[in-house]
Amino acid sequence: MGAAYLLVLIAAAIAFSAGGIAIAKIFVKGSTNPQKGQAYECGIPAVGSPWNQFNVGYYLFALIFLIFDVELVFMYPWAVVVKQVGITALFEIIVFFFILFMGFLYAHKKGALKWI
Amino acid sequence: MFSLESLTTLVQDWLNKTFPPAIALLFEFVIVGVLAIALFAALGLVLVIMERKVAAWIQIRLGPNRVGPKGMFQSAADTVKLIMKEGLTPDGADKFLFNLAPFIVMMVAMLVLAPIGFAKGFHIWDINIGVLYVSAISSVSVIGILMAGWSSNNKYSLLGAMRSGAQMVSYELSVGLSVLSIIVLTGSLNINDIVLSQQNGWWLFKAHIPAIISFVIFIIAVTAETNRAPFDLSEAESELTAGFHTEYSGMKFALFFLAEYINIFIVCAIGATLFLGGWMPFHIGNWESFNHVMDYIPTFLWFFGKTFFLIFLIMWFRWTFPRLRVDQLLNLEWKYLLPISMVNLIMMTLVAIKGWHF
Repeated sequence: MGAAYLLVLIAAAIAFSAGGIAIAKIFVKGSTNPQKGQAYECGIPAVGSPWNQFNVGYYLFALIFLIFDVELVFMYPWAVVVKQVGITALFEIIVFFFILFMGFLYAHKKGALKWI
Repeated sequence: MFSLESLTTLVQDWLNKTFPPAIALLFEFVIVGVLAIALFAALGLVLVIMERKVAAWIQIRLGPNRVGPKGMFQSAADTVKLIMKEGLTPDGADKFLFNLAPFIVMMVAMLVLAPIGFAKGFHIWDINIGVLYVSAISSVSVIGILMAGWSSNNKYSLLGAMRSGAQMVSYELSVGLSVLSIIVLTGSLNINDIVLSQQNGWWLFKAHIPAIISFVIFIIAVTAETNRAPFDLSEAESELTAGFHTEYSGMKFALFFLAEYINIFIVCAIGATLFLGGWMPFHIGNWESFNHVMDYIPTFLWFFGKTFFLIFLIMWFRWTFPRLRVDQLLNLEWKYLLPISMVNLIMMTLVAIKGWHF
């Protein structure tokens, strides 16, 4: 039953945003001017398109993030039961971290963490 | 003593007695929706005026003082001004995504409110994986920001969105690890259970140095997650005009602005719940009479007091530290915070298993 509240919250967010935009539409008169639709770039017409190649650094960080994020998802169930399992869980997580850290060191050695 | 729990049960009983079950449920949904919207609007107004007043106080100036007593209605006046502004969509923009992005950001901000316990027995949905839910949903807001930046067809926007994406995904790891170090102690992801486990003291004090380290890491990482100074690279006004919302104006800009403040509130609420005991009053072990005196302060005041203290801390950072460069920012996360929080988690596991905490 609780999940229905999520739908309620989504509806509330849409109502809030759409309502605000609709109210603003009523009050605004607005004028047409070809320069209004231009992208902002220091007051002069924009040169070139921003939709082209981009710095590869962001891509590398996103890849490393993906590995660590998956690891983090694995650790939530581990964290819940760690007190019941006891000292075995500690050794398991140390092995887990060791393997992960080796991969991290490899990425670091290859220069993936260096900003170009 | 006034408590929100008795108020909700009162309203629920009255609804169930007066209406048939289906209509009572419908009324309950409407009340929840209206309350959530009211909380949003109130938080937006309060946090904006608080930010400006704190900034003024730190810089030894007056701040806004014209509208209303001591300028308290300044943010309401700003809202009226924003409603009067025209919401433009640039000609070159991807129109659908451009208009969708503020909705996504708002939806994420609203959804994360669901499991947070505002007072004793007062929450929207007491979900048993509360903390995991919060960290899962809040990472969706990166998509909204990237969408806004990419669809604007503006170089500043795209650069801001890319920086924001890299920063938010990186710092999410540290937030996750420092949250996990508390989960190890409580053995439950339910927010109510986490609060109840702090009945004889807050985890920040009970679990020695590892808890303090993870609290510091948590505060640094959430400051970066919410794109606040000194990590406000995504909207660094002196280099990127306004970052990912350069092209937004009027109400759509207001929605981004509001969502940003709501996100600050939410991360501070989570921090307060995990480390400072949420709505739990300040208790010390078995000092019965002291604990009893503390119980007289209503629980929702404790919750909002702790949350606003953390918000004040984050606002304080903004006027204390200079902005980082993008490579410094990523170095800080990947070369310092992440290894430290991994080692800290192992230390915390040892503390939890050996039972060295109070």
